Amino acid sequence: MTGVYLLIKYALLYGVVLLLVAMGGMWSEHSGIINIALEGIMTIGAVAGALALCLLPETMPAFLIVLISILVACAAGVIYSALLAFASINLKADQTIGGTALNLMGTALALVFVKNYNLTHSGNQSPKLAYNNSPFIFNIGPITVNVFVFLGIALLVISFILMYKTKFGLRLRACGEHPQAAASVGINVYTMRWAGVLISGFLGGLGGFAYVVPSVSIWNFEQGVAGMGFLSLAVMIFGAWHPIKIFGCALFFAVFKALADIADSTFLGQLNLAKEIYRMMPFIASLIVLAFTSKKSKAPKAEGIPYDKGMR
Amino acid sequence: MNKKESPLAMNAKKATASVLSSLACIFIGLILGYIFLVILNAKYAWSDGLWPIIKGGFKSFGNEQLMATRAHMKPLAMVIAEGAPLIMTGLSVAFAFKTGLFNIGAAGQYVLGAFGGLYCALVLHLPWYLCLLAATLAGAIWGALPGILKAYLNVNEVITCIMMNWIGLYGANTLMYQGGNSPMYFIKQAKTYTVASQSPGSLIPSKIFGWDLTETFNYSAMTIAILLAVIAAVVIYIILNKTTFGYELKACGHNKNAATYAGINAKRNIVLSMVIAGALAGFGAGLFYLSGIEQYNPQESTALPAQGFNGISVALLASLNPIGCIFSGIFISHLSVGGNAMTQSIFPKEISDAVSGIIVYLCAFSMIFKGFFSKLIGGALFKKRGEDKS
Repeated sequence: MTGVYLLIKYALLYGVVLLLVAMGGMWSEHSGIINIALEGIMTIGAVAGALALCLLPETMPAFLIVLISILVACAAGVIYSALLAFASINLKADQTIGGTALNLMGTALALVFVKNYNLTHSGNQSPKLAYNNSPFIFNIGPITVNVFVFLGIALLVISFILMYKTKFGLRLRACGEHPQAAASVGINVYTMRWAGVLISGFLGGLGGFAYVVPSVSIWNFEQGVAGMGFLSLAVMIFGAWHPIKIFGCALFFAVFKALADIADSTFLGQLNLAKEIYRMMPFIASLIVLAFTSKKSKAPKAEGIPYDKGMR
Repeated sequence: MNKKESPLAMNAKKATASVLSSLACIFIGLILGYIFLVILNAKYAWSDGLWPIIKGGFKSFGNEQLMATRAHMKPLAMVIAEGAPLIMTGLSVAFAFKTGLFNIGAAGQYVLGAFGGLYCALVLHLPWYLCLLAATLAGAIWGALPGILKAYLNVNEVITCIMMNWIGLYGANTLMYQGGNSPMYFIKQAKTYTVASQSPGSLIPSKIFGWDLTETFNYSAMTIAILLAVIAAVVIYIILNKTTFGYELKACGHNKNAATYAGINAKRNIVLSMVIAGALAGFGAGLFYLSGIEQYNPQESTALPAQGFNGISVALLASLNPIGCIFSGIFISHLSVGGNAMTQSIFPKEISDAVSGIIVYLCAFSMIFKGFFSKLIGGALFKKRGEDKS
């Protein structure tokens, strides 16, 4: 049974990360901006939140520590994603290249911050950051959960309502489908796209923090967030850019990823498969699904195309 | 004088504008990097931070003690040796870009190339050129799949390439590690065996026409790899600019439908250009690992090799010009060697990665710079012509 509990624990942990970040990608793409920078945004959110966790006094009440560090992570994600928004919306840069640049910078900056912190506080230049993650985790019966699970579900509901039941959501989606048409009825495309990207930065930063902190108390930032941002992109496409479907896909992917972690300690160990095989599975699965569903893709029509007022 | 400029002059102007805009990106990138260094530690920002980055491979030049033993050449040799694979991944990205595809999968193709090359070297003990060929083929196969999916099923190549990166990394690592039982894995060092110890014949030679590069540069991993990379760049330049095949590929990149209408087999060309892009990245991995610069670590399953993504920087900095990739590849390598030369107790070496990230970010909207510079040059030319008339 412990195997099952472990599986649930890891699946919840990864599931909520994938959910948050894939929803981030969804917000950005519905506004018309391809956000390939999610990996970098996650890394920056994670490092900012973890550093905040290290710098906050331990005497502070646990509730405040959790709240402040989460807010810091989200703020860092928002600020970092503003770089993408500025380049791709105002300067009409190629969105994929801009995003790739942010990914390259993300890990590098995170390492610079962590090493600098370690240099000033302990005199070594380890790329690892140690923090206290106990305020984030608690047990419900035999299952370990973290605060992000509840936060993720709340944000899922909010995202759904905001996207499909409000004027704001409708307008934002219009900018991703046909920005010129949206502009013709008085919607400010620039504002809407900025909003989409910044929301995506918020969720991405939070997702990065949610990946790093609850799982371990020491994180090696040399690996960034180890491809979770890219996996989230797959979840988003898999989930057809719709929050509820994304939720289902996130859980599906998370179970596979969790299998890799518990493979050694449970009955799966007898199969003698390398961990890497399990890690590969979600990617292979999404590749196959993409191959069969791409012809009727639900992708926003205008994504990736810089908005030009003069175009029709 | 004819009012219309000759195409040659126009091309020269375009090229100058591209070079100037790349230089502007580098310049601004370095300034932003310097500001960052000042924020971290203002006192040493120049002497221990930016200056070593700028000096890069030339850091020991002028040091008489090292020059006496020729040791001053080693950092420069490292720049060149590590630049060769970067040139190749840069070519891979640039080639795909020219044909309208964004090959973000160079990292995965690079891993497969490393596997192909190392397998032939460490297990089969084949001569170096066959190992290199195997690396190239492995990369090509890994590039082919996103190409096929793009051409026949219309799946976005960026997404498939990202997936293929991770599948390739996990797959190649599993094969090279096999729980420690792989014939390629040296448990004591927790890495693959060195090529030199298992199969010296698989190492890329360092002598060409009697000239020993290892001796000149005083660095054992300095091989003819760099020359091979330069040759590859020239070949790619010729294919793209001087052949019908290259013209067809570029036509597909500009407008797939128009190309199809003109009788070009667009689907075949998409697959072929991804195959070639993959082959170039695989070749780069072969150059790196068969030169014996480093051993492969198959247990590092959390991060893709940096060369793949740095290839994007190289290609963009070169404005997608294959010949330009030679220079930008060496430059990016120069930056990373320079990053290691910073006083590490004050500035972490990753600052140089951040600088190259900033440069790519600037390249993303380099069109603005390009427009600015071509106006500037155009203005200057116009004035000159005006003077001639008078």
